[in-house]
Amino acid sequence: MTTGKSSQSGRLWRASPLTYVALIIAALLSLYPFYYMFIIATRALDAINSTPPPFTPGSAFFANFGRVLTKPDVNFWLGLRNSVVVCTVITVSVVLTSTLAGFAFAKLRFRGRNALLLTILMTMMIPTQLGLIPLWGMMLDLGWYDNLAAVIVPFLTSAFGVFMMRQYTASAVSDELIEAARVDGCTTLRIYWNVVLPAVLPAAAVLGLLTFMAQWNDFLWPRAILTPEHPTLQVSLGFISYGYYTDYSMVFAATAVGTLPLILVFVAFGRQIIGGIMEGAVKA
Amino acid sequence: MSLSVKTPPVPPARVQPPGRPRRAATRGAWLNRLDLKGSPYLYIAPFFLVFGAFGAYPMLRTIYMSFNKWDLVNERTQGHTFIGLKNYVDLIHAPYFWNAVQNTFGIFVVATVPQLAMALFLANLLNRGLRARTFLRMTVLVPNVTSVAAVAIVFGTLFQRDFGVINWVLHFFGVSPVDWHAYKWSQWTAIATMVDWRWTGYNTLILLAGMQAIPKDLYESATIDGAGQWRQFWSVTMPMLRPTFLFVTVTSIVGGLQLFTEPVIFNNGYNVLGGTRREAQTLTMYMWENSLDNTNKAGYGAAVAVALFLMIIILALGNYLLVRRTAK
Repeated sequence: MTTGKSSQSGRLWRASPLTYVALIIAALLSLYPFYYMFIIATRALDAINSTPPPFTPGSAFFANFGRVLTKPDVNFWLGLRNSVVVCTVITVSVVLTSTLAGFAFAKLRFRGRNALLLTILMTMMIPTQLGLIPLWGMMLDLGWYDNLAAVIVPFLTSAFGVFMMRQYTASAVSDELIEAARVDGCTTLRIYWNVVLPAVLPAAAVLGLLTFMAQWNDFLWPRAILTPEHPTLQVSLGFISYGYYTDYSMVFAATAVGTLPLILVFVAFGRQIIGGIMEGAVKA
Repeated sequence: MSLSVKTPPVPPARVQPPGRPRRAATRGAWLNRLDLKGSPYLYIAPFFLVFGAFGAYPMLRTIYMSFNKWDLVNERTQGHTFIGLKNYVDLIHAPYFWNAVQNTFGIFVVATVPQLAMALFLANLLNRGLRARTFLRMTVLVPNVTSVAAVAIVFGTLFQRDFGVINWVLHFFGVSPVDWHAYKWSQWTAIATMVDWRWTGYNTLILLAGMQAIPKDLYESATIDGAGQWRQFWSVTMPMLRPTFLFVTVTSIVGGLQLFTEPVIFNNGYNVLGGTRREAQTLTMYMWENSLDNTNKAGYGAAVAVALFLMIIILALGNYLLVRRTAK
């Protein structure tokens, strides 16, 4: 970065070739572990022992992934299905409750509004693991041990989501528009549904993507409360890596299949996700 | 607030349904007021209900549990006994607790310092007129969308002693194969690498967002004053970036001290001891060992949770004061 060039008169510094070299090295370091994962997943087991390490894909992917499915204790498909169910339910709920609460905080006036918003902000700073042990006991009492409800219900709302949607609604929906709808005789719920929700859809979509990805990747709590008999995908992966760690090709095939959906989502919506993260950072 | 005090609104964006039946004026007004005054509470209620039941209540209960002898499984039949500060006294005298403190902070420092330096460096590079801007931003962020479990599985193999890619690369520099599982420093390094691989890009984008919010005319006047790029970075970018940098460091502290998945999976996935001699057992793993794995020790585990919470608060506050003080 200290190329000695003085900055340009334009809005941004011009990038020197060295900038590109550094960024390309960073990109390669970011991508190589993915590449390595797909290489090992498509190769026979002996590939892992070879030096130099293999750099080209093989053709054994289906054989490797087939072995994942023959292990009844791994429950890979069930884990995948459970993850889809859990993430979908949570994402829909978080988007609805966050946009609704965000609308209330941004556009409706009520007693205690600022104090309640501040409370939500503060809950974002509390480490989640503080409540882990009693929560586990609660699930036992509720009969939710090894039950998907245990990994769904506590996450149906999100402080981050409420705050993000409040910020976005405040700037994206004009007060005049809401006044107008109200004069028309719309109830607040109708205003939410017909005026606010369409206007905040871009941010709501980003919130949905971020929520889905975070839930898809969660490991600690599902691992605490679910067993390999009724796992989410990550619990299933953790169990494979523990029980079959000598069969690298198989473990990597399972890992690749579990990672692929998120990579596809990211490739499709990366621009929006990056926009959401960066916008949130400036507003926070 | 009432509608009448508002200035006349702009023409309605949505056309009023023509055949809408008019309610009796008083009843309509009453319903309208109820809607305006009451509905906001209804709309924010879901968050407070869920958070109250599954967030706030367990957190307060953790504090209560930490003063009791508590059996997580048999609590309902046997109840619990108040033992005052005994759990905390035991904690202070437990070598494994201090081992976990050491590991947690060790990994945190080994991971966070280079991570923030790299993130600043990359953000500064990305904050230029670049070709393929979105592509480059996506490549630095893509590690963050991978599951921690997958990252730990892949890096566990990269760090293998006999055929791992890391040792293969190191042998070009004359380093003989390292048994990454065998020592504290090597476990910390391997785990910190996973953490950094996953989080550097994320922090880069947050810092980049902060950099882009800095008014451009500050740089223009610095250029007129003859300040070079390096000088501008230290005299303009860094001071202006302070709020963002504070945000990044605080989230790193809150997240980093709760580290769990990487060391668990790096050490064979299904136990929380963090290696044969607990080389990488973090505080969260130690808490888990003393609650979910040994359910009759849950009161002690709760004390570990409270201790971890206090450490996070103290560190985050200290960091806040430090960053604020360097401002002057």
